[in-house]
Amino acid sequence: MSELLKNTIRFILFILVQVFILFKMPPLHRFITPYLYYLFILWLPFNLSRTGLTLVGFIFGLTLDYFSKYPGLHAAACTLIAYVRPFVIGLLISQEGADKNYISPSIVSMGWAPYATYVIVLTLLHHTWLVILEWMDIGSVVYLIGKVAASTAISLLLILLTELLFYRKQKFRTNTI
Amino acid sequence: MRNVFLFIRRHFNFLFFLVLQIIALSFLFRYNKFHEAAFMNVSTEITGRINEKYNGIEYYFQLKKTNESLVRENLRLRQQLKDNYEAPDSARRLFYDTLRFDSGMAMRKYNIMEAKVVGNTTALQSNYLTIHRGFAQGVRPNMGVTGPQGIVGSVINVSENFATVMSMLHRHFTVIAKLKNGSETGPVEWDGLSPLFVTLRSIPRSAKVAKGDTVLTSQTSYTFPANLMVGTVYEIVPDNSSNFYTLKIRPSTNFFNIEYVYVIDNMQFEEQKRIEDSTRKKVQ
Repeated sequence: MSELLKNTIRFILFILVQVFILFKMPPLHRFITPYLYYLFILWLPFNLSRTGLTLVGFIFGLTLDYFSKYPGLHAAACTLIAYVRPFVIGLLISQEGADKNYISPSIVSMGWAPYATYVIVLTLLHHTWLVILEWMDIGSVVYLIGKVAASTAISLLLILLTELLFYRKQKFRTNTI
Repeated sequence: MRNVFLFIRRHFNFLFFLVLQIIALSFLFRYNKFHEAAFMNVSTEITGRINEKYNGIEYYFQLKKTNESLVRENLRLRQQLKDNYEAPDSARRLFYDTLRFDSGMAMRKYNIMEAKVVGNTTALQSNYLTIHRGFAQGVRPNMGVTGPQGIVGSVINVSENFATVMSMLHRHFTVIAKLKNGSETGPVEWDGLSPLFVTLRSIPRSAKVAKGDTVLTSQTSYTFPANLMVGTVYEIVPDNSSNFYTLKIRPSTNFFNIEYVYVIDNMQFEEQKRIEDSTRKKVQ
């Protein structure tokens, strides 16, 4: 399956799962909003240009916004993590040329610890920006920190489950460019 | 000039990111201000269609609850039927009824339309419902929306066949409500903390209020008829710095399994607004 087709299907599935499953769940606590959809951005291939990545992030976030009737909120957060993603990968990638030899970031291509750090950093960034934008006219510092921490914990749990359930095969590509 | 182009080329990625971020933020804040944006029309229609497909499945799982709530509403309405009340005749003289047939139409204030809910969120800070009834079926912005158990929200945006409703669980939603005992009025708002509670502010301390008291819509609300159920008092929070109570209200509407709503059209709204606006102009 080509990468474009695969990512298009992922785009649709992540939006549907977020809108029709995670947003429909009865809330556990006021601090917790379960977010999983931005995993799409984390799974995008390495070879996408930075401009392309930012644009895809923006469109992806805006699509979710139209379902939640709040244009701009998720788009802003997704644009941010899509822009920051290459820097984080550049810092964390340990093997020389892993971003050439593998298609997209995963446990196999980056290794356990770097991949976990990558996910945690972008999750925190996404949630913080989202809560700050929501927070503009409400709440306190306790609310801000509590919501970011609790939502991050839930999101990480969801991402862990997704990674375990949907194992992504990653072929090692040598000199095939 | 050349340097400007060089600068743009060197920092193209960052500038592109900034532009997209600014577009996103302008959507966010402009939309919140006016609650309306032209492009929302098209997107409401598209997301409405998708929501409708999903709702077609989800609807079957909620049938029992929906049915129960409608039966309860029917029961309440049947209790109010004229035939249930009978007083001994006390007339001493014979009167002729000279009213025209259906004379009530001219005096009618509220028209009520039913609508199916096809989309609903409760987990966000700004929650909206999507209903399958739009401009072509008589829905206009700012109409009130009520459910079988209590009020739900008000219409924000209307497309051809769908409309989005700002739910009571939205930080910009306000409705003037009153206590059933004593009729003190105050605005009901949502503080964004828990989808199970809303707050009623500005109730004077002189009001006799107890836990479990009923809160109804006030007759001074533009969008809702008087005496619709809003919720019940869950907790009384005395505000020590002022002479007012803040009441924690449990909405009577269950926002998690809402399937049908009624859209309320205030037919005298135009006239009432006209005279109020002209009064304001005269005083100035």
